[in-house]
Amino acid sequence: MPFEIKLTRRHALGLAFSAGTLAVTGFQAIAQEAKVTAEDDIKKFTGGKEVAEGGVTLELPEIAENGNTVPLKVSVESPMTADAYVKRVLIVADGNPNPAVATFKFSAKSGVAEASTRIRLAKTQNVIAVAELSDGSFKSAKKQVKVTIGGCGG
Amino acid sequence: MADAKPRIKVPTEAKAGDVITIKTLLSHKMESGQRKNDKGEVIPRQIINSFVAKFNGEEFFSTVIEPAVSANPYIEFSFKAEASGDFEFTWTDDDGTVTTGKSALKVG
Repeated sequence: MPFEIKLTRRHALGLAFSAGTLAVTGFQAIAQEAKVTAEDDIKKFTGGKEVAEGGVTLELPEIAENGNTVPLKVSVESPMTADAYVKRVLIVADGNPNPAVATFKFSAKSGVAEASTRIRLAKTQNVIAVAELSDGSFKSAKKQVKVTIGGCGG
Repeated sequence: MADAKPRIKVPTEAKAGDVITIKTLLSHKMESGQRKNDKGEVIPRQIINSFVAKFNGEEFFSTVIEPAVSANPYIEFSFKAEASGDFEFTWTDDDGTVTTGKSALKVG
């Protein structure tokens, strides 16, 4: 009964297709939910406001042999007075499993808007600093670091 | 981590108007939550998630720390000396443990 066989085959094929599509969309939904991008973090930090380039200096090595501990220094041009100071600086690394690295909060009492730390970088990527000034404006700087041995382990 | 010990490098004397540099380090593994053990199980995250610096009880600098900060978190920052007083530095662990460090500053 060739007719019957044809039907079964088509049916089976259709079933396989829909199951495959379902699996793919399901996977994408999970992946999207879990993956927060560096842009997402920056948008959350700025509230969607425009970010100007310049006025922020990001010091990082061009090549990091060990991604487990990469020295970072950020400084923002500001008089750091009660009327004009840097409120916060967000650091993100766009190639890490979680892009957020740290947020420094300053005050006029900081004297200068400078902070240093040591960070983990999973692979070669861009590190971005976004500064929020007391007048409500945002400034940023970006620097690429080439990583020889990644710093995320396992 | 009960064995966490802070190391603080801060001047004890300054002139009024000086901007001084403060260096802090806390011994801590900073388990990122990304690593897996031999069995392939994810090692749960345990990090220092917050650092706060106060002078005479008033916060002047703080840091929100994510797992991408290296083990034994090192933070260097500045303070404008105006009058004598006391620094207090606090680190908060994911498990709620708070580690405190103190230092006095004399402004002459």
